[in-house]
Amino acid sequence: MSTVQATATRTKVLQRQGAAVALILMVAVSWLVFPRFGSLDNLRDLALQGSFLAVIALGMTFVIITGGIDLSVGSLYALGGVLAAWGSQYGFLVALTLPLLVCGAIGFVNGLLIARTNMAPFIVTLASLLFARGLLLAITDEGANTYQIAPDSAFVELGRGTVFGFGYPIFIAAALAVLGGLILNRTTFGQNVFATGGAEQSAVLLGVPVAKTKIGVYTMSGTLAGLAGALTAAYLQSGVTVIGVGTELDAIAVVVIGGTLLSGGMGTVLGTVIGVGLIKVIQNVINQIGTLDSNYQSVVSGVFLLIVVVLQRILRR
Amino acid sequence: MPTEPVIEVAGVTKTFAGVKALDDVDFTLNRGEIHALVGENGAGKSTLIKVLTGIHSPDGGRIARNGRISTIYQEVNLVPLMSVAANLFLGREPRNRLGLIDRTRRDAEAKELLQGYGITADVSSPLGTLAVGEQQMVALARAVEADADVVIMDEPTSSLEPREVETLLDVVRKLHEQGIAIIYVSHRMDELYRICDTVTVLRDGVSVHSGPLKELPRIELVSLMLGRSVNEIQKHGTTAFGEDHHADTLPVLEALDLTSKPRINNIDVSIRPGEVVGLAGLLGSGRTETAKAIIGALPLDHGTVLVAGKPVPHNVKAATRAGISMLAEDRKTEGIIPNLSVRENIVLAALPKLSRFGITSRSKQDRIVDAFIKRLRIKVSSPEQKVAELSGGNQQKVLLARWLCTEPKILLLDEPTRGIDVGAKAEVQALIDELAKEGLAVLLISSELDELLDGADRLIVLRDGEVAGELEGAQLTREHVLNAIAAEVMDDADGNQNSH
Repeated sequence: MSTVQATATRTKVLQRQGAAVALILMVAVSWLVFPRFGSLDNLRDLALQGSFLAVIALGMTFVIITGGIDLSVGSLYALGGVLAAWGSQYGFLVALTLPLLVCGAIGFVNGLLIARTNMAPFIVTLASLLFARGLLLAITDEGANTYQIAPDSAFVELGRGTVFGFGYPIFIAAALAVLGGLILNRTTFGQNVFATGGAEQSAVLLGVPVAKTKIGVYTMSGTLAGLAGALTAAYLQSGVTVIGVGTELDAIAVVVIGGTLLSGGMGTVLGTVIGVGLIKVIQNVINQIGTLDSNYQSVVSGVFLLIVVVLQRILRR
Repeated sequence: MPTEPVIEVAGVTKTFAGVKALDDVDFTLNRGEIHALVGENGAGKSTLIKVLTGIHSPDGGRIARNGRISTIYQEVNLVPLMSVAANLFLGREPRNRLGLIDRTRRDAEAKELLQGYGITADVSSPLGTLAVGEQQMVALARAVEADADVVIMDEPTSSLEPREVETLLDVVRKLHEQGIAIIYVSHRMDELYRICDTVTVLRDGVSVHSGPLKELPRIELVSLMLGRSVNEIQKHGTTAFGEDHHADTLPVLEALDLTSKPRINNIDVSIRPGEVVGLAGLLGSGRTETAKAIIGALPLDHGTVLVAGKPVPHNVKAATRAGISMLAEDRKTEGIIPNLSVRENIVLAALPKLSRFGITSRSKQDRIVDAFIKRLRIKVSSPEQKVAELSGGNQQKVLLARWLCTEPKILLLDEPTRGIDVGAKAEVQALIDELAKEGLAVLLISSELDELLDGADRLIVLRDGEVAGELEGAQLTREHVLNAIAAEVMDDADGNQNSH
């Protein structure tokens, strides 16, 4: 009996449930303590804020399950937004596809370098982080030039349109999460993702196209980051250059909180969604308190993250 | 059945870094035959397999494949975190109308299929939760179900229990009946002679013999593998252990009442200087756990370890300082650091002794490493060679050297000869002997009864985590050991009768 793996299995269940339990507790307490928390307006806002991060974290989930990491998504998120805003002058289609294509291509190059040259994902995607951020500054004249999106354009509708007051991005993120879950668990590509991260050498011998799988997940991660950027630009009606700094770390954090093993081979989309929920509820509650200096927000979320991780560690024993 | 080759290899040569791993090798596998591929480690078996399966392309020669080849390896090459069923069907999952993987059907098919291999475990649980033997069986099932015409098995039984070996051999026979050709690589003579039709012997990259196996006496086969004459081997026997060691001094190691529930219970072990004590018992009887308990790597409910009469705190650091060293069973995960050089691997444990204020003396290191390479006859191109490039036997010697560097008084050896070839095995056995003669106290764990009977002066037989018997002198026979191991079965039978 391989005790290591048995422990890992137990951990998986506990981690997933641990994050879910934490989310439920968090929501319940916030609901009781802060009267405004449970209001429909607040919940809509919460879901909308979470949807952008969820789209990025979805790609990150796949990358981390293959045992990799993608540090470029924060920069690609910002680049995607600027490209969408710039492209919006040529119509809806250009505004949407340009960020997907460019960010997807950068993701593809990430994957290509990682899979074919055996360079560490950390290094390759760190380089892309710098590259994409630099490209962004170059095309916006160091951020001085902010591209606006015409308020009455169809593209803005993509970010600001609502159903029962819930923004379109929420539905887009939810649909992508369901699709992502299906791809991960019910397609050969998904099985290859698990196999690649679970035991790469074995995967090669089992006939899994490891290189293609890696290229696939990084391309996917880049594309999704670009999409999240486009949605954010549509919502903000402009390509904001300063967003996305450190977003890659938020994405990694929610994926790991959601029970995906940082070492690869195990993880779920649902866990990631729960992780996004948890981090957004925390930020929301800090806003509710109101008196807290906004600079302390990340201090509090950092401490809270640490508590969650420590709890998971304790649950593992 | 007409002889129709499914694999035909002619004059294949493969060179790695100037060393000929395969030199003009011919090899023919006929449809429906079980072909033994034997040779010492480093003889070129693995290279030949990799050339056959297309992982390596040969530098010269011709290969004709007439069918699909599946390979199962010595180490289970599956994904431990994925479910049993997912592993079994990876890459050819049954699908529903939407083109999505039909998990219900996959699990049902996996369950049914694995029953044919004697596995009744939950197919939706991660593969890693199964016993190694069961995992190996899943790997075999996978290889076979891939509609292979040829199945290559590289040491498939090296980590299996006797019962599992029987199941595996049954499966091999079934495949044989279905007309599937099998290349069977093993060091276990019994298995080879029981199931194989033909044999090819490789030595130093050259095919030295190919023909029917039954007509080849065992001793001749061994002599072909080793390249030594039959006489020479007969004189020295099949294991390389010498005389028993006579020790009448006080025990240097006394482990009393070691208990770590549920794995071991009230185990006592004492070893005198110069004595080799064997731990016998089935897999899971608590052998490895006992060794780990002695070195402090297993949390204890209670129990004491004394070295030269003094109690040792229960942690690895203290045990090591007191002079206990352990050679772990799993070289890959618990010992060797493959990307470091031979020198670095050897001095690792002794670094604290070799350094002053955190700075190590390189010349001192080199002296020690050279001495051990000579003394243990480790085959390396230079001390700076990466350990990963060495054969299993030489890796084992590197590990042995690492622990000997620390000048231990007590050496715990867990399966020191597992997975290494006949020649290296004999050398490791001879080394154990030498070390004991020099006064080291040795605890030897082995699944091979012959190794224990020849190598140990005294045997402690474990059963279900308890001492089932201690054998010495004239009691050191196969029958006595098996009786001690098997007593449980009889107890059970009695118990059942009583309860009815």
